[in-house]
Amino acid sequence: MLNKEELTDIIRSFEPEVEFPEGKQLLEVIVPAEKLFTLAEKLKSDSKTAFNYLITMTAVDFLTQMTVVYHLESTEFRHLIVLKSVLSDRENPAIDSLTALYPTAEYFEREVFDLFGIRFNNHPNMKRLFLEDDYGYPLRKDFRDEINIIER
Amino acid sequence: MSEEIIKDVIVGEQEDYIINMGPQHPSTHGVLRLEVCLKGETVKYLIPHVGYIHRGIEKMCEANTYQQIIHLTDRMDYLSAHMNNEAVCMVVENAMQVKVPERVKYIRTILNELNRLASHQLWWCAFGMDLGALTSFFYGLRDREMILDIFEESFGSRLLHSFNTPGGLMHDVHPNFQNRIKEFIKYFRKKLPEYDQLLTGNVIFQNRAIGIGLMSKETAIGYGVTGPSGRGSGFSCDVRKIAPYGAYDKVQFNEILATEGDVFARYKVRMAEMWESMNILEQLVDNIPEGDFTAKMKPIIKLPAGEYFQRVETARGELAVYVVSDGNKSPYRMKFRTPNFSNLFVMNEISAGCKIADLIAISGSLDLVIPDIDR
Repeated sequence: MLNKEELTDIIRSFEPEVEFPEGKQLLEVIVPAEKLFTLAEKLKSDSKTAFNYLITMTAVDFLTQMTVVYHLESTEFRHLIVLKSVLSDRENPAIDSLTALYPTAEYFEREVFDLFGIRFNNHPNMKRLFLEDDYGYPLRKDFRDEINIIER
Repeated sequence: MSEEIIKDVIVGEQEDYIINMGPQHPSTHGVLRLEVCLKGETVKYLIPHVGYIHRGIEKMCEANTYQQIIHLTDRMDYLSAHMNNEAVCMVVENAMQVKVPERVKYIRTILNELNRLASHQLWWCAFGMDLGALTSFFYGLRDREMILDIFEESFGSRLLHSFNTPGGLMHDVHPNFQNRIKEFIKYFRKKLPEYDQLLTGNVIFQNRAIGIGLMSKETAIGYGVTGPSGRGSGFSCDVRKIAPYGAYDKVQFNEILATEGDVFARYKVRMAEMWESMNILEQLVDNIPEGDFTAKMKPIIKLPAGEYFQRVETARGELAVYVVSDGNKSPYRMKFRTPNFSNLFVMNEISAGCKIADLIAISGSLDLVIPDIDR
């Protein structure tokens, strides 16, 4: 198991453009959206990191930008990182799909598309998962629920 | 009938046809639709359609306080209600750096294992019934009743107890609590071998389970299949071992692994886990320390701004909670990584090429709870 400093050095050698914000619990890595796939590929295939298990993947809407968040773990070494990508275009957010690396990402990405409207490039089946096609994107912060389901 | 049609029917060379299993099929254990493409009796591929009971729990969390969220988490995986509660409680406690009394940790761990036992019993009886063994349903429910009675005596509810609260428990357990658990273990140690006699050794059952629905370790990791379903393929994913929480670091237990990766391996893992759960219970039940049942908490809980992550092992796999807080009394964003979500979507991979009757065995062996997928 590598500690935070060792992981920081290795990830910086893979991709110099990453940032490491001060995380409260886990090591957080912010990578530019266009570099996400190549970095994830290296993190998975390199024998020192071997991040082969995508625990979960989600997105957060900060009104000025969207952040896509991946929690990756290595089943061999048991180290865990949080990989993030910031999408500044809220009108048509898009990022590369990780389905080719992690099959489970296919459905996590469909869920994120359904609830946030983020499109994933090279996704095999980019359709909504839970809701109807004409429903808005409910987990966006500017979503109005006109029939008043959520708020009392 | 013309000769061509007869030939088609016999050889099965007509076009593929699509069958919708569900949304109200009894063997899907909930409102799930599987669009199955068949060639003859063989499954070519299947597409799961979910969302029939999507309630938007993650969106509701953004409008509720942390104490209120506990009650929503019960409704995800209702058979692991206690573990779901604990995940949210622990994320709040770790973020606020509250020191939880030892008594709470012990009681929570005991309740976790009781809940796991109840869940595996229900799985066992429903799985037997899926494959045509009706008797197992009565055996399983009979024994599960004893656990539900323990829950009812202490919390007043049998299924969705919401007994945890950030910092501890709602109130102390009933004075009978320990005695009834010991009674139950004594009773169930005699009854569990009956399960094996009834179903495990049955030739018809074995023929329908061995070698069906093969899942390799790589598939399990790639699709994120956790819990007994993943461990049946040799994927070591027990959060109780990887990142011990509660009182799991104080007890001796084994992580059950099987390597075959078929329906029967997943079955064996769950049966062995019931024995392990009873071992854990026996180590804890007499050693519950005295003390408070809750830590001192402020009435209004506000997490410091930042991101928090917590994982627990439910009866079906790894539940992870990811919270983004902006310092208010409600979370800014709350994400639940539910085990069944990942467990369901491996079905296409492991059932392609099997017969349609085996599909029931495969979906039963994954032990799906649909509200956990839809949230």
